This record gives sequence, structure tokens and C-alpha cells, in this order.
Amino acid sequence: MTRPTLYMLALAAGMFAMAPWIINAAPNEATMGLVYKIYFFHMPSAWMFLISALVAGVASARFLFFKKATADGWAVAAAELTVLFGSFTLVTGPLWARKAWGVWWQWDPRLTSSLVLFLMFVAYLLLRRFGGPGSDKLGAGMAIFSMFNVVFVWVSVNYWRTIHPPTTVVPTLPVEMGIPLWYCVTAFTLLYIVLLRLRARLEHQRTRVDALYLAEES
Amino acid sequence: MRRLREMPGRLKAASIGVMLGLLLFASPNVNAQPQPPKDFVAVDETAPGEQIPAIPLVATAYGFIWVVLMGYVWSLGRRLRKVEGELAELESRRKPPFAEATGCK
Repeated sequence: MTRPTLYMLALAAGMFAMAPWIINAAPNEATMGLVYKIYFFHMPSAWMFLISALVAGVASARFLFFKKATADGWAVAAAELTVLFGSFTLVTGPLWARKAWGVWWQWDPRLTSSLVLFLMFVAYLLLRRFGGPGSDKLGAGMAIFSMFNVVFVWVSVNYWRTIHPPTTVVPTLPVEMGIPLWYCVTAFTLLYIVLLRLRARLEHQRTRVDALYLAEES
Repeated sequence: MRRLREMPGRLKAASIGVMLGLLLFASPNVNAQPQPPKDFVAVDETAPGEQIPAIPLVATAYGFIWVVLMGYVWSLGRRLRKVEGELAELESRRKPPFAEATGCK
């Protein structure tokens, strides 16, 4: 692990350790009460979910169209993190909805498009794991295609009728709610960068191991 | 209504009787149905039995993220150590021993 990665990991871990106190200090919301505090981890998870899907798509495009071999490692790393942060989003969302909406799940545009994006990246990982030779290129095409779903997830709350809060909620938050939110966004971003670097390193080292085995055989 | 007009007198009387009887029989059930509220009454607190508790939901959400994150970091570290160990072994196998490479004894 490089020194900047180690520092970032330590900082992210420290921020996560402090997060419960900072979130606890935030006031309750008028209609939702305490349960809205799920938002402080739900929203940054959702952002990382979408950003990671974009990273996977861009890295796959670099691999597919510009023949950058290392870009494939970044794409696999980002795809795995898309599934990780997607699972956070899709688990914390229904827990919040149970109290706020009275139901665990609604087939509304935001929730459905998020689930579809998550399933696309699960399919990508399954393809990379069990697809055999050629799955890297097929997977890259799939990641590029999946990346465009991010746009639908993002605009879904603003263009279609939905019970999910719109994206305009974030800039209108009162300061005492905005501080814990941006604190958590920073912690999640740092953690995402660290995990992406480590996971990409794992993939690059695997490629080197495979190359060495092939060299040994030949 | 046309059918009722075309009915013989006795049958017509019987039909009307049955309908009136049904109405009379059904009226207590109609009255027994809950009435829609005429106005909303404000209360300071909802009855505890009617509330969905927030604390278990919040705790589950944060707990899930913490546990899965720790599990993922642990799994990533384990996979990295394994692959780097394998890589070190392969590279050491490829490199000729120092004495052999330099010709020193």
C-alpha cells in the first residue's frame, strides 16, 4: 500500500469513527423524525454508487477503444464497488422508506432504475468471473451500456412522478443538516478512492500473476 | 323498471317485499360501518402501538453499512496479500539465484 493510500485510509477510518457523533448532533426532521438520519449514509452511498458506475464505464471505454490494458483493472474494481455501494443504497433506502412511506419498496422510477443499474453490475461481475476468454471485451461493452443508466437514475426524480425526494433537496438543506451530510460525503469519497485504488491494484497484480504463469508455461 | 311493470301483481308485491326486507336487514350493517372522520384532531403524540419504531431501522441501516464495509476491507486485504505472495513467489522463481547470475561462488 502506498503512503498516500495509507493516509487516506486512516483519514477515512477516523471520519467514519466520528460520524455517529456528528450525525447524532443533527436535528430531527419535522415530518420524518429520527429515521431521516439514514439519509446521511444513504445519500453518499448512492452518490458513490453512481460515480462508480461512471468510472467503470469510462475505464471500460478506455480499455475497449484505446486498448489501455490497465484500464480493464480499473473497470473491474469500479464495478465491484458499484455493487458494494449499490447494496448500501438499496438496503438503507427501504429501511428509511418503511417509516417515511409506510412501505419497504415502491416500483417508482428512481428505485426501479437504481435496482436495474445494480443488477447490471452484478451481471457484469458474474460475466467477468465465469465468462471465460473474451469476457473482458464483452464486459467492457456491458459496462459502457450500463453507464448510461446513471443518467436515468439521476434525472428520474426530477422528470417523472415519484415519491422519492428530488435532487433539489440537497442544496436547500439547513446548515445543521448540511454539515453532517457533507462530512459523510467526504468520508465516503475518501473511502471510495482508497478502495478503488486497492481493488485496482489487486486486479493489476492478478494480471501480472497470469502473465508470469503464461511465461513459465511457454 | 320495465320488467317490474310487466310482472303480475302478486309477483310484483313479493319482489318489492323482498327488496324492502333486504334494505331493512342491511340497514344495521350499514350503520355499523365506521364513519369517515368529520374533522382531524391534533394530538401531541401518536399512540405507541401505531408507530413504526425508527431506532431499529436507523440502527440496522448503519449497522449493515459498517459490517459489510469491514467485511469488504478484510476480504480485499486478504485477497491482496494472497496475490502479492503468489507474485513474489513467481518472481523469485523467475530470477536466477544471485550467485548463479553473477558467477560468484
